[in-house]
Amino acid sequence: MNALLIVVLAVPAVGAAAAALLPDRLGRIVGTVAAAGALIASLPLYRNSWFSYGPAGVRPWHEVDYAWVPALNLHFHLGVDGVSYPLVVLTTLLTLLCCGFTLWRTPDPGRGGTLVALLLVIEVGILGTFLALDLVLFFVFFEVVLLPMYAVIAVWGDRDRAHAARKFVLYTLFGSVLLLVGVFTVVASAGTANIVALTGGGEMSRTTQLVAFTLLAVGFAVKSPLWPLHTWLPDAHTQAPTVGSVILAGVLLKMGTYGLIRVAVGVTPEGARWAAPVLGVLAVAAIVIGSLVCLAQTELKRLIAYSSVGHMGFVLLGIATLTATGIQAALIGNVAHGIITGLLFFLAGAIKDRAHTGDLAQLGGLRERAPWLAGVLGFAAIASLGLPGLAGFWGEAFAVVAAIDRGGPLWTTLGVVAAVGGALTAAYFLRLLRRVTHGPVVGSIAPPALAPVEVAAWAPLVVLALAVGLVPGLVLGMADGPVQALLEALP
Amino acid sequence: MTAAGFALPAVPFAVALIGLLLPLRARAVAAALAVAGAAAALGLAIWVLAAVGDGHESSREWVDFGGLAVTLGVRLDQASALVAVAVGVVALAVQVYSITYLRDDDRYVPYAAQVSLFTAAMLLVVVAGDLMMLMVGWEVMGICSYLLIGHDRRLPEAPGAAVKAFLVTRVGDVGFLLGIALLGVSAGSFRVADVLAADLSGTTVTVSCLLLLAGVAGKSAQFPLHTWLPDAMAGPTPISALIHAATMVAAGIYVVVRLYPLFLSSGAALAVLGVMAAITLLIGALTATAQDDIKRVLAWSTVSQIGYMAGALAVGSTSAALFHLLTHAAFKALLFLAAGCVIHAVGSNLMSAMGGLRRDMPVTFWSFAIGLGALAGLPPLAGFWSKEGIIAVARHPEGPAPGWVGWLVLIAALVGVAVTAWYATRLLRRTFLGAPAVASAAPVPLERAHAAGTPHDPPPLMRWPVVLLAIPSALLGLAAFLPAFRDALGLDGVHIDAWLLLPVALLALGAALGWRDLPTVPAFARAFWLDEVQHTLVVRPARALAAVVRRADESGVDGAVEGTATGTVSLARRVAGAHRSTLPRAATAVLAAAVLLAAVGAFL
Repeated sequence: MNALLIVVLAVPAVGAAAAALLPDRLGRIVGTVAAAGALIASLPLYRNSWFSYGPAGVRPWHEVDYAWVPALNLHFHLGVDGVSYPLVVLTTLLTLLCCGFTLWRTPDPGRGGTLVALLLVIEVGILGTFLALDLVLFFVFFEVVLLPMYAVIAVWGDRDRAHAARKFVLYTLFGSVLLLVGVFTVVASAGTANIVALTGGGEMSRTTQLVAFTLLAVGFAVKSPLWPLHTWLPDAHTQAPTVGSVILAGVLLKMGTYGLIRVAVGVTPEGARWAAPVLGVLAVAAIVIGSLVCLAQTELKRLIAYSSVGHMGFVLLGIATLTATGIQAALIGNVAHGIITGLLFFLAGAIKDRAHTGDLAQLGGLRERAPWLAGVLGFAAIASLGLPGLAGFWGEAFAVVAAIDRGGPLWTTLGVVAAVGGALTAAYFLRLLRRVTHGPVVGSIAPPALAPVEVAAWAPLVVLALAVGLVPGLVLGMADGPVQALLEALP
Repeated sequence: MTAAGFALPAVPFAVALIGLLLPLRARAVAAALAVAGAAAALGLAIWVLAAVGDGHESSREWVDFGGLAVTLGVRLDQASALVAVAVGVVALAVQVYSITYLRDDDRYVPYAAQVSLFTAAMLLVVVAGDLMMLMVGWEVMGICSYLLIGHDRRLPEAPGAAVKAFLVTRVGDVGFLLGIALLGVSAGSFRVADVLAADLSGTTVTVSCLLLLAGVAGKSAQFPLHTWLPDAMAGPTPISALIHAATMVAAGIYVVVRLYPLFLSSGAALAVLGVMAAITLLIGALTATAQDDIKRVLAWSTVSQIGYMAGALAVGSTSAALFHLLTHAAFKALLFLAAGCVIHAVGSNLMSAMGGLRRDMPVTFWSFAIGLGALAGLPPLAGFWSKEGIIAVARHPEGPAPGWVGWLVLIAALVGVAVTAWYATRLLRRTFLGAPAVASAAPVPLERAHAAGTPHDPPPLMRWPVVLLAIPSALLGLAAFLPAFRDALGLDGVHIDAWLLLPVALLALGAALGWRDLPTVPAFARAFWLDEVQHTLVVRPARALAAVVRRADESGVDGAVEGTATGTVSLARRVAGAHRSTLPRAATAVLAAAVLLAAVGAFL
């Protein structure tokens, strides 16, 4: 079973090489098969019970550990547990859906094989980030994602793609530099890069932890993104092709929040405790500001992009509480956001392709002309506004519960304001639906029916949004142990 | 019993899921499914009522958030089973009625599925043994009301009304979620039984009850969050029946009943509830006297009648509130469905386009008359007994609320009796009596298709639900004399005394007012301008704030980022430019630097 960890990374890597080298159509097919292989390989990583060896804060289900650069004491150290497993599966699933989608429709200027290859490289990077148990390895995988994503936006993007791609790459590179300094601050002072050994803070002094946490947290905050470090996101999302937006919102952002939980909070807990109020305040600011911007937004994809700022605010609020409830809420919020926003970006792409505009003023009456498209959009919007019974609810409600649980004037206020932000979220999504699906018919939608591949790509996300909503244990059932272990390891 | 409890919401939910996936052409299948789902729910509810005995509780873990468990469980007793039966009856009537009412609507299929989902959500609220589970039903009901109110594509105001309904209730639900969070965190569990059994501090109880009341005010359309309900009339008429009679608006009252032991330890929360109830009761009733739209009259009457129920809760009686909830479910469903028949026949919502319909529509007339009589509290129809129960407890308040709350509720309830009779009589007179209107005013599009020739009683599938609902509207009040029914609700016996005459006298007074063609009072016609107040105080500031924040985010936060980039580029250009000087300047610079360095070297 441990070898599967390697397989999960190797299959998409090989698939990427094949997709890049083979002729276009064949490349796309081979790449999609590789993506399917990665999904199939990732599923059996699940282990029902988590075993514990010693007091470590990370207790992987499966683990591989090879010396990589022995002279520097660096290791190719991978592992999976209940915190990373749902994200790993989400990544392989969304990549498969995107590759399959590309089989049917390649955005201009074509060359779908290359696009699929880049998506697979991104997948390798994201999966590696979720699986790495070595801090340096984590950083390497974290950076692998950057350039292929730049290419995806810059080549297949919308009109203003060059600017958006540059902004994305420079902004996140800025975060990465801080992350790199943070990583080496930790490695230098602790003498190891092993995340398992480092979790709980190891031997690091409080000052080192504060410095390291600040560096790491800012790096992850750019990726997540946390207000006010979010402004690369609306541009990148708006300009990226549909599959790029789906991967970007669905899993790429999660690298930030995952890193915050596993690395920033896990490795430098003193720093986390110290900075938690600031993090909480910024998270709630993100919720409210993101929602308000959405309320005044006039472009479809930009609105959905900004909605991510608000949703990730709930995730970050959960993490900031540093309670088991809050971190669990963050985990399920992460996964739910990946499912629902992935679906929303698929839909936004489908609408823009058909109407040739994303301007809300030029869309309208979708339910009259394309009832199924309108129906799925309505479902996704309702799921995204956090309707109880669907996936989005748990993360948001329990981030609020965790803040109330934390108690005290600050956290209670944060919980209350976050709950108000939840109402604002409903307001802008209903405004979106009122413009796009209800109301008089504006412009034209061609073709009105859904293509079979669209149904195939969206159906798993629709089903998951409902399934995770009804059975949140799908995500959280396995996270309880790891989160307890993480919190027990904190001083 | 546990299985039946879960099946109550699960069956209509499954029917709804199937219905939502049906193609738009499959009308017959959708109709059969929807009716079967509602009938199954009703059958289950009756079975639960018969078998539940002293109550039944079961739960298992649903999900665990770091030691804070959310459970999946049912909590059934006779009162909840009675409410479930009422939901089943109304849902079944609405589903059957809708088959004909939406005959020409090509989106009937999703409509029927959404009604099933609505029913499932309400039944989930009714059986839920856990606050988070209750929250699921609570909000799903909100979204169903949104979908159904916005159903009619030809009404320009429908989408706006739908958004308003969801958002106003959602604002209340901010409080509801916080209240549940506080209770769950303080009690260490979200299970209703655990929360009620927990030893909570007085402050916690009061704060969480007040927070819950915000949600209740939203769902049950209580002042100041009542503004969505009259606008919700943009939905098809059967939906109004569903929302007003047994689901949505009843949910708020039901939740307070469910958590009543908490409210009993907070006099402050009950006092707030009492004030809210009295204001709502009077606003609703007075506004109803000045409406021209027949559905709006009924909508405002719902606002007012829910105020009665909330008043009963404020003065310490869940049984009086539930009794009125049940009778109200019967007669309000009847009134809306009968109003649908009228609108169907006339082709307009407006009473100024009606008149003299008694002759052409005798069945509708008599059903309507029974419904209005029950609403006004005409003895011995249902509303008389349930309202009498509320007045009786207001005279002898039982709860911990301060004494003035009893007086407030009593006075509001008595004034309400007169005003209710006023608008009920006015409605009956303007719709069914007098001379027929000459020309029909602005017709309502959905119904226009049906209006041809002289008005007539509706086709059987619309007629029978109305006629059958007239039976409980007339007789349900007498159930107060049945010991089994009284035990189920915990109702006291009916005291026949001189006090019974006071409401009857007030009723006569109100009816006399309604009989005459009084001029409309502007404040009543505009519902005391509360919509405008809400728009000025909440909607416009929120929009303005959103615009400001967007500008600040784009030019401030993002401006700083873009500015850094352009700043760097222009700095780079300048530095690069400095390196591209002409030869004389470059030579001068090199020489100057050499001199400078030499000087520095010599100095050191």
